[in-house]
Amino acid sequence: MIKRFALAAIAAAAVVTTGMAQADEFKPAIVFDMGGKFDKSFNEAAYNGAEAFKKDTGIDYMEFEVTQVSQREQAMKRMARKGASIIVAMGFAQASAVEKAAKEFPDTKFTIVDMVVDLPNVQSIIFKEHEGSFLVGMAAALTSKTGKVGFVGGMDIPLIRKFALGYVEGAKYANPNAEVFQNMTGTTPAAWNDPTKGGELAKSQFDRGADVVYAAAGGTGIGVYQAAKDAGKFAIGVDSNQNYLHPGTMLTSMTKGVDVAVMEAFANAKAGTWQPGIKVLGLKEGGVNYALDEHNKGVLSQEVIDKLEAARADIIAGKIKVTDYMAQ
Amino acid sequence: MELFQIIILLLDATFRVATPLVLAAMAGMFSERSGVVDIGLEGKMLGAAFAAAAASSAAGSAWLGLCAGVVTSLALSSLHAYACVTHKGNQVVSGMAINIMVSGLTPTLAIAWFHQGGQTPSLSGDARFQPITLPFADAVREIPVIGYTYAELISGHNILVYCAAASVPLVAYILYKTRFGLRVRAVGENPHAVDTAGISVELMRYKALAVTGILCGFAGSYLSTAHGAGFIREMTAGKGYLALAALIFGKWKPVPTLFACLLFAFTDAVQARLQGVELPIVGVIPVQFIQALPYILTVLLLAGFVGKANPPKSIGVPYIKER
Repeated sequence: MIKRFALAAIAAAAVVTTGMAQADEFKPAIVFDMGGKFDKSFNEAAYNGAEAFKKDTGIDYMEFEVTQVSQREQAMKRMARKGASIIVAMGFAQASAVEKAAKEFPDTKFTIVDMVVDLPNVQSIIFKEHEGSFLVGMAAALTSKTGKVGFVGGMDIPLIRKFALGYVEGAKYANPNAEVFQNMTGTTPAAWNDPTKGGELAKSQFDRGADVVYAAAGGTGIGVYQAAKDAGKFAIGVDSNQNYLHPGTMLTSMTKGVDVAVMEAFANAKAGTWQPGIKVLGLKEGGVNYALDEHNKGVLSQEVIDKLEAARADIIAGKIKVTDYMAQ
Repeated sequence: MELFQIIILLLDATFRVATPLVLAAMAGMFSERSGVVDIGLEGKMLGAAFAAAAASSAAGSAWLGLCAGVVTSLALSSLHAYACVTHKGNQVVSGMAINIMVSGLTPTLAIAWFHQGGQTPSLSGDARFQPITLPFADAVREIPVIGYTYAELISGHNILVYCAAASVPLVAYILYKTRFGLRVRAVGENPHAVDTAGISVELMRYKALAVTGILCGFAGSYLSTAHGAGFIREMTAGKGYLALAALIFGKWKPVPTLFACLLFAFTDAVQARLQGVELPIVGVIPVQFIQALPYILTVLLLAGFVGKANPPKSIGVPYIKER
């Protein structure tokens, strides 16, 4: 009997101490969306940001890769129950899950990327993708010999239309006669991960005369870049710097500072400077950009780069207005 | 662009998309004609796609990849046969089990072996089947109509596309002109008669399923090492089921099945080109509608034109000698 009491006491003590340890420890968490953390694009950028934080501070993070719609909310709630200090949710599709989890756990900090959730414990980070897309649209139209350029989107949602509209405006700004072909891969989340279809869509645009194609389609983009390489045309990457995938045929990439955003969310939460509310990152804040590195050196000519830089200055100064599809 | 050129390029895309469907449908033909329902075409293709990409990226040879794909698909096919021929299990359940198992197993193995989140590294050079330029393709390109058709439509595909094209007459020949084909059809229609003639029903079904496995291996390998460049989880995206639909659509006959596959592929190619195009009177058609088009067409054709499809009589029924 006494033995049993002693055991129970030890167990209870253990629970209390671990409970206390949990309260003190900083525990970041991240929920990736469909496509997975190695999509070489949006989620992978977030993964790199989280890894950078881990490397800097030595603090490990909890992670979850969503493969089914219903898992998002469960994953967040489970992380919150485990005592996560901050939960970063990647992608527009997680908004409703974040909203529910944030209401249930008002003391946990939530950061959502690519969508706005208006709650006192949620930070929303959104990017001005249309500004970055405008620049790569210019690059496409200036590099194209046929005057025809293509766009392959993932799932048909307003966010992807935002990329497309910025791209079209950029192409038309650089060459008023430019023709832009647009294709969406699908209307379900499976459209983020269908490279075969992406490749076919790109080929259909090449057949119609396009010689530069921009993909904003997550994992589907891999098929688009491959098709461009096979056909000897140019492709433009998205979200992460994807120039390294096929050096020589990758014109550039429209980069979103997703990695920096994730790292900063973690770092700020740790330092106590984390603020709820909306953070909008555009060209001015360095949130979006076009990628220049050793892989596309010479592919993107200096003349084009000069024009892009001029346009960047004009956009920041407000002289060029790029339409935001979602604000319409 | 002139209309003729547009049509040729559309057909070109149709061939590329139809290849895995044709191979998988021909695979299903053997299994179903022998009386075994094969809903596991999807899983076999996916397994083969993964094995082909994995072997090809390790060995640097698309041919070795193809071998690995065929072997994997053959193994899955034998599993199906073992469950529902030897042990008389339910054929739909066994097929579904294969689909689910493969869909989970492939990303797991990919993560363990390649550490790229369920993908294989992207393949290039000899690790992929490259397009073959047929003789004189470039020379005759300038000849109007015939030359252009030859250069653009007939030439410039990879070897597996030609395999798919060859598979249809070959399957038709085997099924209708050889002793093996006659027996396969017989075990699917009336296994008792076959048994009375002194031929083992079980062995025949095993053989038919082996052919299914080989053809499915080709279909899967095409996805990851010829059309695509590497394995990505769930990359078959329902093509196995579509092939099965084409098989039923084609009334379990090789040539009509080929046309069903081509029809599916053609609507897919058309919808890629219809998006965002302004048509007279109606204007721009919404993406959602265009993407539903292949399915709408299928339902209409199935209801209106195809008529009654007679499946093999003893399909789905395990053969038991004495009741």
